[in-house]
Amino acid sequence: MTGVENNIRLHEIFHIEGGDFTNAGSISGQVKNILKKAGFPNKIIRRISIAAFEAEMNVICYANRGKLSLYIAPDFLKVVVEDEGHGIPDINLAMSEGYSTANEKIRELGFGAGMGLPNIRKNSDEMVLTSKFKQGTHLEFVVYLDRQENMLPFE
Amino acid sequence: MKLREVRDILDAEVITGDANLEKEIKYAFAADLLSDVLTFSRGPGALLITGITHPQVIYAANTIDLGAILFVRGKRPNEATLQLAIEHQIPLLATRYIMFEACGRLYQHGVRACIEKVKNDRG
Repeated sequence: MTGVENNIRLHEIFHIEGGDFTNAGSISGQVKNILKKAGFPNKIIRRISIAAFEAEMNVICYANRGKLSLYIAPDFLKVVVEDEGHGIPDINLAMSEGYSTANEKIRELGFGAGMGLPNIRKNSDEMVLTSKFKQGTHLEFVVYLDRQENMLPFE
Repeated sequence: MKLREVRDILDAEVITGDANLEKEIKYAFAADLLSDVLTFSRGPGALLITGITHPQVIYAANTIDLGAILFVRGKRPNEATLQLAIEHQIPLLATRYIMFEACGRLYQHGVRACIEKVKNDRG
């Protein structure tokens, strides 16, 4: 994973409250607006925004609290999401499509089908997920700005 | 197809009163799972056909620049969803047709899917 220490142009931190379903999705909206104003290509904005949306939902659905940090570097965009909470006992299981521990409330909102983490992986170029059971989860993902496929307009 | 025609074909109500009904709808996507909406819908001319009426549907729509949302099965959004849609300028329509019927009628009138099928790795 690319180091974040060098050449960071922007570093924004957003706090996420676990269980705050009313505003679930608002932070990724702010992330999108920042990237739009900065003039990044649509496909890059779309990928980061989708991954950020899923990550934000995960904190709201499953953790007590967390924070999402957005880093903008000359060659890449990076999002780090750290939370305090239950953690993920089995990451391999959590990464498999369709696996979910979501309750009825989460499913009513149109989530909890076990697609969140796979979606984050799909919409990023690199992803690292670590978790300590009963302590919390640390997620990082990167989208590179110099990859040709990220520059193509989506159809 | 214009949003106005979507309204007429599906006998739908425009919930966001001052919505731009001249907006062009090129593609549609239908789902009640927002993770799939995020992955497979293509904005900005895309119509989302869904039964999810919580504010999260607006946040998701905003994330991927969807053109408009059509609620099916007679479902109505609450006030929070409505206000958010107005704020983000996303037109909301509601029809009593079920999802299958709404999709079928729009398809018959030339609206096509955002994507026809997923690849092996889901899109």
